[in-house]
Amino acid sequence: MSSDIDTGKRRFLTAAASVVGGAGAAVVAIPFVASMAPSARAEAAGAPVRVDISRLEPGQLLTVEWRGKPVWLFRRSPEIIADLAALNDQLRDPLSKQASQQPQYAQNETRAIREDLMVMVGICTHLGCSPTFRPELAPADLGANWKGGFFCPCHGSRFDLAGRVFQGVPAPTNLEVPPYHFLGDDVVIVGESAEGAA
Amino acid sequence: MFANMMNWIDARFPASKMWREHLSEYYAPKNFNFWYFFGSLALFLLVLQIVTGIFLTMNYKPDADMAFASVEYIMRDVQWGWLIRYLHSTGASAFFIVIYLHMFRGLMYGSYKQPRELVWIFGMLIYVALMAEAFMGYLLPWGQMSYWGAQVIISLFGAVPFVGESLALWIRGDFVVADATLNRFFALHVIAIPLVLVALVVMHIIALHEVGSNNPDGVEIKKYKDENGKPLDGIPFHPYYTVKDIVGLTVFLFLFSLVVFYMPEGGGWFLEDANFVPADPLKTPEHIVPVWYFTPFYAILRAIPSVAGSSFPGVAAMGLAIVMLFLLPWLDRSPVRSVRYRGPYFRTALAIFVVTFVMLGFLGTQPATPTYTVMSQVFTILYFAFFILMPFYTKYDKDKPVPDRVTDQ
Amino acid sequence: MKHIVFTFLLSFGWLLSGQAVAAPSGVKLDSAHINLRDQASLQRGAQTFVNYCMGCHAASFMRYSRMAKDLGLSEDIVRQNLMFVTDTIGDTMTISMRAEDAQKWFGVTPPDLSVIARSRSVDWLYTYLRTYYLDDSTVMGTNNLAFSNVAMPHVLWEQQGYKAIDADGNLVSATQGNLSSREYDLMVRDLVNFLAYVSEPSKLQRLDLGKWVLLYLFIFFLVAYPLKRAYWKDVH
Repeated sequence: MSSDIDTGKRRFLTAAASVVGGAGAAVVAIPFVASMAPSARAEAAGAPVRVDISRLEPGQLLTVEWRGKPVWLFRRSPEIIADLAALNDQLRDPLSKQASQQPQYAQNETRAIREDLMVMVGICTHLGCSPTFRPELAPADLGANWKGGFFCPCHGSRFDLAGRVFQGVPAPTNLEVPPYHFLGDDVVIVGESAEGAA
Repeated sequence: MFANMMNWIDARFPASKMWREHLSEYYAPKNFNFWYFFGSLALFLLVLQIVTGIFLTMNYKPDADMAFASVEYIMRDVQWGWLIRYLHSTGASAFFIVIYLHMFRGLMYGSYKQPRELVWIFGMLIYVALMAEAFMGYLLPWGQMSYWGAQVIISLFGAVPFVGESLALWIRGDFVVADATLNRFFALHVIAIPLVLVALVVMHIIALHEVGSNNPDGVEIKKYKDENGKPLDGIPFHPYYTVKDIVGLTVFLFLFSLVVFYMPEGGGWFLEDANFVPADPLKTPEHIVPVWYFTPFYAILRAIPSVAGSSFPGVAAMGLAIVMLFLLPWLDRSPVRSVRYRGPYFRTALAIFVVTFVMLGFLGTQPATPTYTVMSQVFTILYFAFFILMPFYTKYDKDKPVPDRVTDQ
Repeated sequence: MKHIVFTFLLSFGWLLSGQAVAAPSGVKLDSAHINLRDQASLQRGAQTFVNYCMGCHAASFMRYSRMAKDLGLSEDIVRQNLMFVTDTIGDTMTISMRAEDAQKWFGVTPPDLSVIARSRSVDWLYTYLRTYYLDDSTVMGTNNLAFSNVAMPHVLWEQQGYKAIDADGNLVSATQGNLSSREYDLMVRDLVNFLAYVSEPSKLQRLDLGKWVLLYLFIFFLVAYPLKRAYWKDVH
């Protein structure tokens, strides 16, 4: 064995090989990680959904599936719309300040493009259960102040008829409003804003 | 900081000790040549097959109605699915190329001889498990070749006297290869056999590190040690062979990538044309061959004519062809390990054996014309002669004197 | 020793020499000379496929949305010109004919063409679609040089015209088609190009990525080999 070992050279080459090899390994990980993202089929199945609301009467709820999740379309009567404002002081985020929970065009008092139509992802923001539709006024289990809304059976979170969360329940934020837009008066495209796909 | 952490771990788990025993203080002969890359390459391929296999399993459907479509789903709809699938399919063939070269190395340098008999036996068990693994994996794409290949191979078991038919039926779980077969092959392919393989590989390496590696000169490096008890002709596996194997791996990956990216079908050998047609139990493809790595044994199978209305002799010969390899350590009577110092008999026999194996492989891919059948029979005889005559030609061979120490390469 | 190594490596040569794909009838295959990067050709091929093949054949693994992207077409253009069965861009190229009906009508189920170019080879398809000839002995009245007694009629007869086979076994024109022989060959080439694309939509991505992988491995070798040399100085 030779005695004059060039440790500097070895150290440099080891470092270089580690850097180049490590970078390569990191890049190799990309396809494997990406393969677990939604496939083209899942993307296609998650395409926007077209809903006809011409037969939806005030007070009625229609549930459609978008990306495997329930989406509620609810026709609000003028009385319901009027009641919404009265609830503000019992709610956590009455003015929808949390921007992630709705597209910009639904960041208003009724959380909707048109105040007579609520469009909402029916998934509780707490742990992902789907809340139950409870339109009746002041039922025994929900108390005298209940003006209709959604009640999550899993952990008791409550939402009003604009999907706004009440104070003092486990759910941290308002229900999510999906991107949507109208085609004429009676057709709603769920899953796509007017300017293009979500 | 790092030293403290290692102390903490070493007090509870022999991490440093294992590192020393198997890498930094495992002394390997310093004269390893080209043929010594294939062990670590095989290990790399095992890991590659397991990782890509896991990711394929996430999207593959082991269902006769969905399997073929789910493979195309992986090839098209799953992001990067095509890459993962080609890595797996090319990896299967590469695994066998590497294993055959690795086995040939053992044959050349007498690595199966005393005291490495168990290293060889574990290695052979790995080879057999690998064949089962590959055979079952090949059914999963559920193409025509998958289907009819499995049909033919499973029917082989039907040739076993008395219990054959029930055995074949039990393996298939149906009267023909069907959904039940696919489903159980999937279970065996993705978990049962891989577990066996990994366990065998661990035993192969432990046995090897117990007796130490052979080398191209076939001399024992443990005979001459320095004052610290280190073999004079040995060098620590790490860093010397780790840096060398990284170079080998890089070259291998270059060739491997050429196939994966530019010819993933491998000219029809790695992915066969007929396998792009969904399995059809009513129609056999015109020309059916097993995957290339089984063809030498398939040729032996076809070479043996049926006796008294039973095709069992062919099946038995095929089995024996593999059993022979297991017996190598005891068939070889020569005191010399490496082909470098063997006499002319062994050298000639080895050369003929290589030609025989390759020719059988070729014949196994060809239709059984009369000429080819005669050739298959001749090479089958040569194949068995290599083993059966080995005790004689190795005993009386004119071996050359073996050096005491390894020669500088 | 060296010669053993050499023999062994050489013997693996035949593995890579490629499996000869003999056409069933042994006809000599013409080279299609397709070009997957020629988007205009793929677009024309897609049009032909949709107009003439998709009456009976599906490509049920191919998504319209993927095709739009890969062929450089907008989704609207695809929707208007290439989609007749569905109007959902994310759907695959399926057809409305059911397999059982097809079996009843034609005696065979027209195969799905998603991966036909990989099971049959591009040159075979190119030859096959150009070698139909009149033959009274068959049910359809036509036969094919590359695929004898094929159940499929000569769907593109209006374009090619009918061929007949002369005494020497050569194809000769029997009736005039709308296209010249050269134009017809181009049409078939475009169609085959499209079928080749459909059989492996990721192929161009694969070829393009390959260069970078090989380049990376080369660069890594330039580091790994000197590293090995630096350590092995001790040994030599």
